[in-house]
Amino acid sequence: MFNLPAKFIGTLAAAAMGASLAMSPASAADDTIKVGILHSLSGTMAISETTLKDTMLFLIDEQNKKGGVLGKKLEAVVVDPASDWPLFAEKARQLIEQDKVAAVFGCWTSSSRKSVLPVFEELNSMLFYPVQYEGEESSRNVFYTGAAPNQQAIPAVDYLAKEEGVERWVLAGTDYVYPQTTNKILKAYLNAKGVKDEDIMINYTPFGQSDWQTIVSDIKKFGSTGKKTAVVSTINGDANVPFYKELANQGIKAEDIPVVAFSVGEEELAGLDTKPLVGHLAAWNYFQSVDADANAEFIKEWHAYTKNDKRVTNDPMEATYIGFNMWVKAVEAAGTTDSNAVIDSIVGTSVPNLSGGYATMMPNHHITKPVLIGEVQDDGQFDIVYQTPGLVVGDEWSDYLPGSKDLISDWRKPMSCGNFNIVSGKCGGVTN
Amino acid sequence: MRLNRLLSVFILMLGVCCHIVQSHAQTVDDAKLRPLVQALAGDNFEDTTKAISDLVKTGDPRVSKILDALSAGDLYLAKADKTVFLGKRDGSDYAATDALTGAKLDPVPRSAAEKIKVNNRLRRDIAAAVGGLTLMSDNIAERRSAAEAILKTRDPESIPLLDQAIAVEKDASVKALMQQAKAAAVLSSDAADDVKIAAITEVSAGNSRDALGLLTPLENVQGPVGEAAKAAIDSINTKLAFWNAVQNVVYGLSLGSVLLLAAIGLAITFGVMGVINMAHGEMVMIGAYTTFVVQQIIRTSAPGLFDYSLLIALPAAFLVSGGIGVVIERGIIRFLYGRPLETLLATWGISLVLQQAIRSWFGASNVQVGNPSWMAGSFDLGLITLTWSRLWIIVFSLSVFAILQLVLKKTMLGLRMRAVTQNRRMASSMGIRTPWVDALTFGLGSGIAGIAGVALSQIDNVSPNLGQGYIIDSFMVVVFGGVGNLWGTLVGAMSLGIANKFLEPFAGAVLGKIVVLVLIILFIQKRPRGLFALKGRAIEA
Repeated sequence: MFNLPAKFIGTLAAAAMGASLAMSPASAADDTIKVGILHSLSGTMAISETTLKDTMLFLIDEQNKKGGVLGKKLEAVVVDPASDWPLFAEKARQLIEQDKVAAVFGCWTSSSRKSVLPVFEELNSMLFYPVQYEGEESSRNVFYTGAAPNQQAIPAVDYLAKEEGVERWVLAGTDYVYPQTTNKILKAYLNAKGVKDEDIMINYTPFGQSDWQTIVSDIKKFGSTGKKTAVVSTINGDANVPFYKELANQGIKAEDIPVVAFSVGEEELAGLDTKPLVGHLAAWNYFQSVDADANAEFIKEWHAYTKNDKRVTNDPMEATYIGFNMWVKAVEAAGTTDSNAVIDSIVGTSVPNLSGGYATMMPNHHITKPVLIGEVQDDGQFDIVYQTPGLVVGDEWSDYLPGSKDLISDWRKPMSCGNFNIVSGKCGGVTN
Repeated sequence: MRLNRLLSVFILMLGVCCHIVQSHAQTVDDAKLRPLVQALAGDNFEDTTKAISDLVKTGDPRVSKILDALSAGDLYLAKADKTVFLGKRDGSDYAATDALTGAKLDPVPRSAAEKIKVNNRLRRDIAAAVGGLTLMSDNIAERRSAAEAILKTRDPESIPLLDQAIAVEKDASVKALMQQAKAAAVLSSDAADDVKIAAITEVSAGNSRDALGLLTPLENVQGPVGEAAKAAIDSINTKLAFWNAVQNVVYGLSLGSVLLLAAIGLAITFGVMGVINMAHGEMVMIGAYTTFVVQQIIRTSAPGLFDYSLLIALPAAFLVSGGIGVVIERGIIRFLYGRPLETLLATWGISLVLQQAIRSWFGASNVQVGNPSWMAGSFDLGLITLTWSRLWIIVFSLSVFAILQLVLKKTMLGLRMRAVTQNRRMASSMGIRTPWVDALTFGLGSGIAGIAGVALSQIDNVSPNLGQGYIIDSFMVVVFGGVGNLWGTLVGAMSLGIANKFLEPFAGAVLGKIVVLVLIILFIQKRPRGLFALKGRAIEA
């Protein structure tokens, strides 16, 4: 299909000399570097993941304009795992074995990441994972550029306790691994800070919950004991819209019971009338409203690429941006796309983030991030009300969970271990 | 945290004293006030909090307006000359006015100004401070919100001020609110025991939820106050237990009506015609997207009609979904009658095609369907809060049910439909064109799914996946109620809704759903034809 125009242009370019040399390598598969994009384009997760596929195509396009990597153009290989977790593993295998991609950018839910993890370890490839997650994992082949719980959940709770004087906590989440682990960590953290069990209410709902009447009225009840109450929400994806609608309709204002969310960003608010939500919070490492030159430029180019100046940017997009640039830098430092070489060279790599600072890949394959707290505005954007003074290093094994607090991860040689137990001094063990 | 509370108490205290100053209608020099307004643009929230208290201290009548603007996020700092101004967004500029005098200034470009940051705590503090300033306002709404603000802060220092206000208040409901606020303040003060006990009686007569919040901390106090509080809490709890049961029934009816809406179209295509229609959810989704398109058109061409957008969307959604239903029936399903497995697979394929079509057309993200003003907000029924949108959906689904019953029982089309379902060959021999009845019946079922989409767009998110969330529930309701019987669908939906809501508080939303499913499986084992089994020769055959 592409043969004819490529040949045609090639003939034209031959007259212009030299240009034909640039064209012919581009059409030969061996002289491009293939990059896999593993995001759901259909099914339930398409709502969130499609944007990341577009972001990757945009980043690859920009990089090719700058001359590609190691003098070769990048070529995107897009597959659609269709929000189906086992299919993620199948598609990952296809990308690595058949398409021979140098690295894969993808996954959103923890279930999909857990599904592909053995494939990446078996075939010794690289996965860049751009979404906030529950931690408790570190793989030699996976690079976690989204937030670990200590880069999102814990600073948010600290902000509420300090700035809003919150004493009673509702931990509301969707019933799957990320909210459950995060809430376990948060509960341990709150208990350690002296919050009693009776002041913590934990509530789980199924995926896609749309009837929030009882739960919102329970929250109202829980919040009417005279102590300042807040909701920490790990409610996922689509369920957020009816949840916020019910909150607004039942008259719960942010001044009374603020909700801080970890899965609600600019993209999710795009489907909502945000006027009744003004003042509710979100904790992320990036907001579109960040006042930085790098961000302004990124947004401008993104709008130009998508030919739509209403397209919003969000935190997982920034994490994709950071991950992609880190990979490019590490490949250039290693001089090859060979996984072993890049995995060794990427630790310590620093690239600019979009909030005017730098992100560094740490030995535990997590990165440094600033933590921002934003309040929802009536235009669907966030007003940043708090930013951590410095950068926070992602903590893969939580310090607040009994099983994992003795574990550390360091993928540099000679340790090269994802779960080193500092008590027993051995790799791969939980203290019992 | 304690500091915050102290600060807000402090601000309120200032509000009190300045109120007394204010009664002498004192205004302060602009020159004195301006630096204080300027200080609102502090580097952090502590600075702004201090600036607010300084401003309130002056007692100038203009202060409450400035603070309201700050709270609404309308105060900006010009980056060039660092002046604070009142801005309203106007294209790429802010229409600027002087924060103090209200004089018109040159418009400021958006990039040259910075919004003065406020967070929830500042907004609360401002509400309390302004509350102190406006308790004697001429405007009844301002007095009401002032009393509400004090009811929230429960600050003992405001008692004399409330006494003053109660003495002159004419509006009964605002007066009652002020008395509540005063009683709340008394309970947090160190007043004598008998005064407090009187306040407990006063408080427990008001809103029970608020009262619980006020009384719970007093429960463990030694002596008569603690006993009175305990007695009051007990009586409130009995009242709440009763209302909880009422709430479960009402919320159950509300959930049931959503289930009914989603299932009623299926009750026709699956129940009456026997077509296992996996694309039913997508008909609902298309109805919701039709609402979105109708609203888009109204937004751009006739914004005044927005409150009627749903009424306009109803027939549109019925026609769009119904039309697609007829096309599907004529194009695909009619070749598959009597082959349920193939129908299931084909309609499932159609559902994927429709989803992806919508996704390519409108994008994968949610689209925003607005609530008309009459659907927003809530009202209190005794001690439970019911939202208008839920109430309208109950009314709407029952009317859809009634209309459908009328169509089936009283019209020629309905008569033919029933004839064809009961005995196709006999109906055909009587001269009924059964293929056309099939097409129209399928269209009717799909059209009703479409208008269900209009209603569901108000409470759920409108995305290509909308339908998937309802398809399982819809089949569950129809099978449970009894295939082929509309009354069964109604009773099935309502009982599933209520059962769900009674289980949810004990078992949680996740386990509650599982328990309901298990119960249905057991029920179907016992009565395979559902609640209301159809009887007849055709059925038994």
